[in-house]
Amino acid sequence: MDDLYRDYILEHYRRPHNFGVIESPTASYEGSNPLCGDRITMMLEIHDGVVADVGFTGRGCAVSQASASLLTDEIRGKPVADLQKLVADDVLELLGIEISPARLKCALLSLDTLEHALAEQLSGSTAAAGPANATASADA
Amino acid sequence: MADGTIQLAPFQAPPSGATEPLDAYALRADFPILQTMTRHGRQLVYLDSAATSQKPLAVIAAMDRYYREYNANVHRGIYEIGERATAAYEVARASIARLINAPDPHEVVYVRNATEAINLVAYSWGRRNIGRGDAIVLTEMEHHANLVPWQILVQEKDGDLEFIPITDEGVLRLDVYEVLLRLRPKLVAFTQVSNTLGTITQAREIIDMAHAAGALVLVDGAQAVPHLPVDVQALGADFYVFSGHKMLGPTGSGALWARRELLEEMPPFMAGGEMIREVHLRRSEWNRIPWKFEAGTPDISAAIGLGVAADYLGALGMDRVRAHELDLTTYALEALRREIPQLALYGPPADVRGGVIPFNVPGVHPHDVATVLDRSGIAIRAGHHCTMPLHERLDLAATARASFSVYSTREDVDALVAGLRDVIRIFGVPADA
Repeated sequence: MDDLYRDYILEHYRRPHNFGVIESPTASYEGSNPLCGDRITMMLEIHDGVVADVGFTGRGCAVSQASASLLTDEIRGKPVADLQKLVADDVLELLGIEISPARLKCALLSLDTLEHALAEQLSGSTAAAGPANATASADA
Repeated sequence: MADGTIQLAPFQAPPSGATEPLDAYALRADFPILQTMTRHGRQLVYLDSAATSQKPLAVIAAMDRYYREYNANVHRGIYEIGERATAAYEVARASIARLINAPDPHEVVYVRNATEAINLVAYSWGRRNIGRGDAIVLTEMEHHANLVPWQILVQEKDGDLEFIPITDEGVLRLDVYEVLLRLRPKLVAFTQVSNTLGTITQAREIIDMAHAAGALVLVDGAQAVPHLPVDVQALGADFYVFSGHKMLGPTGSGALWARRELLEEMPPFMAGGEMIREVHLRRSEWNRIPWKFEAGTPDISAAIGLGVAADYLGALGMDRVRAHELDLTTYALEALRREIPQLALYGPPADVRGGVIPFNVPGVHPHDVATVLDRSGIAIRAGHHCTMPLHERLDLAATARASFSVYSTREDVDALVAGLRDVIRIFGVPADA
């Protein structure tokens, strides 16, 4: 019936992949859309420039959580250099459905959070929380 | 009136004893947008009137007519269409005054919306009258428009904000309010009808208690004027604000009503043309009220539209509007409870509630609820509804909200119920959630 809520999207929402806390992650960031209450904490364990382990926790709408689930599957085992090349369209492709402009922020929260986590790690600062639309640090 | 002609004749009150209920089905013919089909091939079921109301043909036609037939600046023209525009602008002001039973149209200031009206009071009255240590009492459930301007004011003046708390059902705790009044606040500002919970507050009582404690009162009537009979004299308010676009009028229209003595004392808000009587190089004299507060060329067509909207509501009879929405809200609450028992419903009982129903489907984010409903042509609102502190108080990230107006029907409610059944099915919400 609804292409937005295809079975696999709902599946990723109900039983998200890579959901859980990573103790002592190399990189971590808590992103949120304060206006709607979506939040995602992305945690990465990076060894030799590769994503050895990835996890996320969070709550929010189906689109935001499914997006995080799909994205974490995608980046597992990849070199960090590849992660930095990810753009919004990549995430939308992973979701594979039409996202209206009103829901774009939900869909891209996971990517935004990932980018912040990587930026913080590169700049050497410790993990910090912040809204998804805050500008990335200058050293990123 | 239905063809948009400006009524310069005295207002025709609805026949006394007009007790037949509002016929929402007949009224819908006045609202062309309700016939549209959405992109999914479904007829629009508009349940977001609290965000903005739809406009009757009379309002649309009147504004169109102004631009087609007599568009001219106001208070200037010594030519026919200038006089006509001015008359229409000022007649609309009188219509607005009549709807809220203001004693004098000179006490009605045109503004862009309720938000601007509150900012005007905060700027013009607040800066003169709020000083260090002075308290302003608000409530926990105010719309950001009736919160943020006061935050800025007390920050600047080193004053204090205090808040009347709510019960979990969204009713104001007047027992706590009584204690807050011992702080001798300068101002009490509160909403007459909550845009999120629908609560109709105990306005008269709140105002009387405020005055007894020496405070002035500002009432946010944005959700009251479209849904209840409002009488600013009977209420005893000092300032009353509302937005045109929520009461069948155009966006960009709204009014601040305030008692004459207050308006006369207050310095201007915006300055420039129109609000002056005389201008010299180093000093100017202000115009009389209300024009002292209407700088620059106003949104003339919006004012005209608002006047027609006020007349339209007046002709319907606000008692009947209230009865219609009470009936609909009662029906909706019963239907939702019965058909979708898993639903979390917030707010007070129907008899102390305007036509606003916030809710949540357990385990489903309001955005997802709204998106599924949109597929069936149903428009509801999802988010925090410009009441983030209220959502914090109720420990909710966000809510979905359905809201009614004069053109809403039981069929609209039935469509909502069916749509919510779809949500339950798609997201597999268990029956005992």
